[in-house]
Amino acid sequence: MGQNIIEKLWATHSVADLGDGGHLIYIDRVFFHERTGSIALKGLEAAGRKVRNPEQVFGCMDHIVDTIPGRTDDTMVPGGSAFITTTREAAKAAGVNLFDLGDDRQGIVHIVSPEQGIALPGVTLVCPDSHTCTQGALGALAWGIGSTECEHAMATKTLVVQKPKFMRVRFEGQPGNGVTAKDMILFLIGRHTASGGVGYAIEFAGEAVRALPMEARFTLCNMGVEFGAWTCIIAPDQTTFDYVAGRPYAPEGPAWDQALAHWHTLPSDDDAEFDKEFVIDCAGIVPQVTWGTSPQHETGIDGSVPDPLDEPDPNRRQSIERALEYMDLKPGSRLEGLSIDSAFIGSCTNSRLSDLRNAAAILKGRKVAEGVKAICVPGSGQVKKAAEAEGLDRIFIDAGFEWREPGCSMCFFAGGENLGFEQRAVSSTNRNFENRQGPRTRTHLASPTTVAASAIRGCLTDVRKLEPASHG
Amino acid sequence: MDKFTELTAIAAPLLRINVDTDAIIPSREMKRVSKEGLGKGLFAGWRYTEPGSRNENPDFILNREPYRRAQILLSGANFGCGSSREHAVWALAEWGLRVIVAPSFGAIFYSNCVRNGILPIVLPDDRVQALAALVEEDPQANRIRVDLGDCVITGPDRLSDKFDINPSDREMLMEGLDAIAVTMKRDDEILAFQARDRLKRPWIYL
Repeated sequence: MGQNIIEKLWATHSVADLGDGGHLIYIDRVFFHERTGSIALKGLEAAGRKVRNPEQVFGCMDHIVDTIPGRTDDTMVPGGSAFITTTREAAKAAGVNLFDLGDDRQGIVHIVSPEQGIALPGVTLVCPDSHTCTQGALGALAWGIGSTECEHAMATKTLVVQKPKFMRVRFEGQPGNGVTAKDMILFLIGRHTASGGVGYAIEFAGEAVRALPMEARFTLCNMGVEFGAWTCIIAPDQTTFDYVAGRPYAPEGPAWDQALAHWHTLPSDDDAEFDKEFVIDCAGIVPQVTWGTSPQHETGIDGSVPDPLDEPDPNRRQSIERALEYMDLKPGSRLEGLSIDSAFIGSCTNSRLSDLRNAAAILKGRKVAEGVKAICVPGSGQVKKAAEAEGLDRIFIDAGFEWREPGCSMCFFAGGENLGFEQRAVSSTNRNFENRQGPRTRTHLASPTTVAASAIRGCLTDVRKLEPASHG
Repeated sequence: MDKFTELTAIAAPLLRINVDTDAIIPSREMKRVSKEGLGKGLFAGWRYTEPGSRNENPDFILNREPYRRAQILLSGANFGCGSSREHAVWALAEWGLRVIVAPSFGAIFYSNCVRNGILPIVLPDDRVQALAALVEEDPQANRIRVDLGDCVITGPDRLSDKFDINPSDREMLMEGLDAIAVTMKRDDEILAFQARDRLKRPWIYL
């Protein structure tokens, strides 16, 4: 019997079989940020422990830092500067790498790590952040951990991990007009629920995944955790290798040739087995939008809010009822045309150059609807620089968007800036939980193009119906 | 870490599915670079009448007697989904909870629990519902007993269920072990692995 890609990576990294499915797994790279990494570094310090191989540990400021131009260590988050200064001091003392404020490589960890060539095909990478699964798109085994496990990974270069079950999700067929990787992953979660992937490591495969450019693959894997997966992965191919080649930390010369030969062995064997498989026909997907307070509360933009009475499962019925109350929506009401107060483009899900290009293509020659607060936060200093070099910042600003410094920003409300009490937001982020973007803020998740189109119309909008703009 | 062996305690039903870690401890409640002081922020969005306040919502289960003294929480599927923030577990522990019973858990949350003296127990949804119904009849008297030695949870109806937990997680909870110290006993193996790996995958080593 052949092996799937996850089994291959598992075998390459298993230091010891601990019995009953538990293994001591070798960790190639550790990433951290100032909110949860600061505690891990302090914990090690307090215990008098050292980071083993600090040259393979990297950090970014992203969660707490402000994203307004001219930012400093002071933050709108009350007490936030302590996270920044503690992380900086602890990182220096531990001798680990840090992409600090003022460094043009700074940004959201899951954008920066692949961008710098730190995440590579075939590596194991952990970070005390749940969206670490994003980096699995390169063919890496990358997963989110807690701060205590991060201490363990830094001190020992290993983690004790229980072997997961294996799932393959095949996205087949051709996605239609206006359908992005964000719509594909929201569709999967809507169909199979936010706990559909619990207990599994998932390979995303199929012709629609093969056809996705690298940046879109990150978006697909990013929300694997919203599907409940332990992590997810996409087999590396020419698209991956072209993306990785020439990145600052990527191998080069003879080392590249050696790495490439190894990477070619990683894809699942033809006769590899999985414990479970789902097949999604992408031809049936339209642009998606969420209506509730879990990513599974979603439907097509042409759909309407469900009636809880139609839901036979009592747990799900109750969850729909609570969500509709929180979101101030009536059963059966249509999503298209629902008025919004704010629009946000950013986050580790959708703030890469291609996301900004796609949104800018919608915004060019248009204006954000009156009364709508619109914000764009590039995912990293490198994304921002590249976007500005091709004039995307002007398009966003001329349309009425704020153009910010890189960071996680309004993906979550940490006590400072927020999207407003009971305000309705359309957002390119990953979580529509209660109070996530502000006190009682009502979040609708969607792709950057749907967010851009909705910002222009001032309501949830089917991007496919937008008239061509008069490009002046 | 506090050891966990057995417990007979008041249980509080919070039968919602997909209780995320943002709900367990909102970002705005994670105010310091510390594992402490988080208990007051536990379930802040539900427990208090408005964000940032400390005015208790009398309807929320953990604000009611005798659930204020609960050490076991019964909940719906996918408990602890979402953010990896270990603060969720630190908040639950500081508030006084030692056991969470649910049909399934977020993966990172589950790992965080066993590293902080909280026992996550997976039970089928219908049994969780049945336990909740029994508890609600008389929460003071109808206590739940958990024995990690035998991996058994017993309801007020005296019906017992075996639950699964992997041996290393169980040992960590029962002995209150320091996971790093346990792993470092295998340091020779780790260093030998690294020496071999350096030759096989030199491009990994920056």
